[in-house]
Amino acid sequence: MIFHAEPIEFVRQPGLGAPAWRGRAADGEDMLRFAISVHRHHGRLAALWGEDRRQQGAGYRLHCVFALDEGWPWLSLDLAAEGDQCPVYPDLSGIFSAANRMQRATRDLVGIASDGSDQRPWLRHGAWPADWYPLRHDAVHEVGVGVGFANFPSDYEFVKVGGEGAHEIPVGPIHAGIIEPGHFRFSVVGERVLRLEQRLGYQHKGVEKLFIGADLAHGARLVGRVSGDSTCAYAWAYADAVEAACRVEPPPRALMLRALMLERERVANHLGDLGALGNDAAFAFGLTQFMRLKEDWLRLNQQIFGHRFMMDRIVPGGVVMDVDAAALAAMIEQCGVVRGEVRKLHALYDAHAGLQDRFVTTGAIDAALARELSLSGMAARASGILLDGRAHRQGYTPPAPYAKLGVRPVTDERGDVAARVAVRFDEIYESLRLLHEIALGLPGGETRVEVAPIGDASGLGVIEGWRGEVLVGVQFAGDGRLARVHPHDPSWQAWPALEHAVMKDIVPDFPLINKSFNLSYSGADL
Amino acid sequence: MIPLLRHIFRTGILTEPMPEAEGGPQREIDRLHDEILKVLGRALTIREVDAGSCNGCELEIHALNNPYYNLEGRGIKFVASPRHADMLLVTGSVTRNMENALRIAYDCTPDPKLVVAVGDCGCNGGVFGESYATCGAVENVVGVDLRIPGCPPTPLALMQGILAAIRTAK
Repeated sequence: MIFHAEPIEFVRQPGLGAPAWRGRAADGEDMLRFAISVHRHHGRLAALWGEDRRQQGAGYRLHCVFALDEGWPWLSLDLAAEGDQCPVYPDLSGIFSAANRMQRATRDLVGIASDGSDQRPWLRHGAWPADWYPLRHDAVHEVGVGVGFANFPSDYEFVKVGGEGAHEIPVGPIHAGIIEPGHFRFSVVGERVLRLEQRLGYQHKGVEKLFIGADLAHGARLVGRVSGDSTCAYAWAYADAVEAACRVEPPPRALMLRALMLERERVANHLGDLGALGNDAAFAFGLTQFMRLKEDWLRLNQQIFGHRFMMDRIVPGGVVMDVDAAALAAMIEQCGVVRGEVRKLHALYDAHAGLQDRFVTTGAIDAALARELSLSGMAARASGILLDGRAHRQGYTPPAPYAKLGVRPVTDERGDVAARVAVRFDEIYESLRLLHEIALGLPGGETRVEVAPIGDASGLGVIEGWRGEVLVGVQFAGDGRLARVHPHDPSWQAWPALEHAVMKDIVPDFPLINKSFNLSYSGADL
Repeated sequence: MIPLLRHIFRTGILTEPMPEAEGGPQREIDRLHDEILKVLGRALTIREVDAGSCNGCELEIHALNNPYYNLEGRGIKFVASPRHADMLLVTGSVTRNMENALRIAYDCTPDPKLVVAVGDCGCNGGVFGESYATCGAVENVVGVDLRIPGCPPTPLALMQGILAAIRTAK
């Protein structure tokens, strides 16, 4: 397979997951040319990470996953290792601005660097030395209280905004609400936001290092905790990647049950966020009502799946639970009740002048900017981009079981908070419809097949989570253990979008705009 | 306005329906509410600090304020500043990037203060354990009065834990 007449030959990966092709760039120039061609064809940068392959007798490897209309070309570039030096590859952030933070994180973790001008550390805040790279196989360290590296929180060079009356508001890492930690630096004049710069990485837990040497089952447990609100999306993407690598096809019933859980996860998160969005505009009624519905939803999860967020239910090879007719009936009934309630609340939200006044025109991102930022998922669709990994589009057939379900993607042209609210409402209706279809059309048979790891194999899984595109890349070692796993959250691309969205608005609008995206810190800090 | 009020009226009060059957979560919530009031007899303020969770624990802590559990309706309130807090509710296997911030939040909380470690990660490091990037359990960084295990703990377990922490302090 050749994309856009570029000289790189790609091979389609096997399996039932999202269409992905594997290719090798001969050198940096080759990679750069391919990236430019992807950009010219309105493609996106989906993920970027590095790998230490010195133990396999090679050097380092840079992985870039791009997103095109047809699917996901996964391009690798080998870099020679010379002593302790940081190998360098061509900077992609001039083509895809989303590459900036991924490249900096790759330098912090693997010690391969872009030749770009922005070399500020991203995940490394001073908890480990600058010349020590945790994802290199020879990076051993002592752990425990009082041993190991000294922790010296480092300064960070924020971009300064000058001018008369301009000043900064630092926020975080601990925020005022019950949310994850991160630092926001606002440059403002009066109430008007001139610039927002984020500094993240506070949630960096070293997840990627924990995958190294883990077995399949432990990997599944870990990947389900990369971002707790998207545990089903991550578990499925990981399972897809492992199944592609091991040439295993999960049974049809397992695929449908995975879709059932993924859609239930989507509805739960949209319900919670719609409530919180009401609350951030001082409409506490909305929070109470939606949190009530969400609690009902989670309680049924507990009853049927044995876990309120359905953690650890999706594993490589299938799923570890099954549902009976009574459970399906209970879910169908609940879908009907929730649809009715959400429709009533939808009408109340739409008719509430105060609420709409806060939502409409606030935090707008247009389609051109969304494309430039490689944005995916709900936020991209709210900017008018018809992009949903579950839905058919020209040249693209979604993976099973979505191909048969016929997902109708939801978009809104406005790109503001109101659009993201509207998309969430409509996605709830669509997911409820899908849940109904799934419950009625659930095929019989097995729910799990054995998965035997194949040494040195690799695979990529892509799942349309509630927030956007969740990717997991998996590389096995020769002994069948995991050599490298990279989970990629859509928040990598969406955090910079938030910086843009808040720019024309005032500081008090920030919580509302932030909540309309509701991005993951943990998922992107790893 | 009328449709809104009608919706509120129609939803009714979900917090304390009289339990008809023995057991069940609803009955447990009532019992816990009564007990918290008995032990506490006044307000309790909590500052939640996420020091490295996956966000799962935060989802369940949010649920504490939904109308079923209605923690705030019982005088237990989440506050924005540790200076206003009686209790720190800490989640996550504390990341080394958050270690310093957690210490500062702890020092800012007035004595006598209670610290509750939430979730398997907060209790013993969980799946993330101790590594180059994490300190592991919350007690490795600040003193802990009580642990609420679970991945994540359910809202009911959280309520029971908060109550137990108040009891131990008495």
